[in-house]
Amino acid sequence: MAQSRGTLHHKQGPQNREDRVEVLQLLISGLANGCVYGLIALGFVLIYKATEAVNFAQGDFMMLGAFVTLGLVNPEYAGIPFWLALPLVFVIMGVLGYLLDIVVLRAVFGQSQVAVIIVTIALGFVIRFAVGEIWGHEPQSLRSPLALGDVRIGELVLGLADIAVIIVTVIMTFLLWQFFQRTKMGLAMQAASQNQMAAYYMGIPVKRIQGMVWALAGIVAAVAGILYASKGALDPTAGFIGIKAFAAAVIGGFGSLPGALLGGLIVGVIEPFASRYLPPGWSQIAPYALLIAVLLFRPHGLFAQVRAKKV
Amino acid sequence: MSDLLLEVRNLETFYGPIMAIRGVSLEVRKGRVVTVLGANGAGKTTLLKTISGIMDPEKGKIIFEGQEIQGWEPHRVVKAGVVHVPEGREVFPLLTVEENLALGAYTRSDKAEIARDRDLVFNYFPILAERRKQEAGTLSGGQQQMLAIGRGLMLRPKIMLLDEPSLGLSPLLTQEIFAILKRLNKDEGVTMMLVEQNAAVALDLADDGYVMELGRIVMSGTADRLAASEDIQSFYLGHDTEGARGERRWKRKKTWR
Repeated sequence: MAQSRGTLHHKQGPQNREDRVEVLQLLISGLANGCVYGLIALGFVLIYKATEAVNFAQGDFMMLGAFVTLGLVNPEYAGIPFWLALPLVFVIMGVLGYLLDIVVLRAVFGQSQVAVIIVTIALGFVIRFAVGEIWGHEPQSLRSPLALGDVRIGELVLGLADIAVIIVTVIMTFLLWQFFQRTKMGLAMQAASQNQMAAYYMGIPVKRIQGMVWALAGIVAAVAGILYASKGALDPTAGFIGIKAFAAAVIGGFGSLPGALLGGLIVGVIEPFASRYLPPGWSQIAPYALLIAVLLFRPHGLFAQVRAKKV
Repeated sequence: MSDLLLEVRNLETFYGPIMAIRGVSLEVRKGRVVTVLGANGAGKTTLLKTISGIMDPEKGKIIFEGQEIQGWEPHRVVKAGVVHVPEGREVFPLLTVEENLALGAYTRSDKAEIARDRDLVFNYFPILAERRKQEAGTLSGGQQQMLAIGRGLMLRPKIMLLDEPSLGLSPLLTQEIFAILKRLNKDEGVTMMLVEQNAAVALDLADDGYVMELGRIVMSGTADRLAASEDIQSFYLGHDTEGARGERRWKRKKTWR
């Protein structure tokens, strides 16, 4: 009956189809970038929610995670098979995160927010310097099983790495979600971040939990780093995308984990479209323009989890 | 007589530069309800926080079951059996009622027992069972208070420190919650230390009482004796025995000054 009309309208000219292929291509590479931003933003939010500190070294954490993987996997360094190296990377980054909390962050405990921010910014410098000293400042590429080259489907050219990045991020999100919903540790982390005082009252060892959150943020950063390095070259300044990820976290509503991921995706998608359709230079400022707009019109972020406390 | 569960000796705690507790001593015996009365800023909450390890005392001892617990980390104090139900509920707002209760049992691992205690909590607070899948932040104030008490019960406390359970609740809800507290004490034998501004309901529930002013204990005795005392009546219970004009109330000096 009516379906014949639908198919009639579906026919489109070649010009239109090319456009759509291009849009799809931009969308997928944007989403893949956005996944990396989103995972870094997730690290920001995890630490912020649990400890009320903003870790401005999160981008550099990501870079460090990538370099640790590279150092273990690439044949010119340790040359361990990727899947064997992976758990090792997680352990190294997790322990590093935990130790940072215990050794560095706890030393500035009780100081103002500014002190914490400056410490983490300095930490970023230290990580960049250390990585440069160990692995050099030249761009390198990780022997990642996700770096798969391109595939052609008709006119559509897809980077398989982009697809893999999106899939891994989806899996990672699901695992994290399960962790927070189903495990005692995850529940305790939520509790400690929602109401630290009450968590103390419940006998939850809040400080240890906070250390575990830093460890988790280290692991998430490692995943983000591996994904980042699977998509292209890696050098010690890679951590600067942490600034974009920070914007993503704020856009999503600092303090909301799904918000951080969605914010990352939004920033990731905006960039390629802005550089394609807007005058040159706009793509660089687009994420920050959005950040300002969000702060002006929805200061709690797009996906905020704020609720007034009942008295 | 009956055995001593908690003893506080010459406790001094500072709130920044301010000495909030100036040498407090008190005793709580097993199975009793002890109330600490006092106005705003008397140091009641600080006292509870010092006992539960949230704040560290400068001087003095807190002896729980014969063991000195002052200065312990809060989670150790909880493990020892001292459970603090904080002022203003302090539930985990984005977690469900069930998850909040599960966190109450954080220090325990005996699944069957935990499930039994949860049923016990639902038995005492049926409304929580109805709302078990609801986020705690969406509960009403009274329900949040019930959840906070229930969550405290999940820890199997040897003693429960209750900080102003009547805060912000209607008189009717206050009555309801205090009736449940009474049952918990009588039927389950939960020892309680209750800090209250609402002296009438507190003295009605309690066996023994202390009156705190400006960081000191100024009066103590059985709840009945306190309730009968003229000072308590005129300053905390608001009975006006002096006649219609009532101007005597502010002229009167408290006998402990």
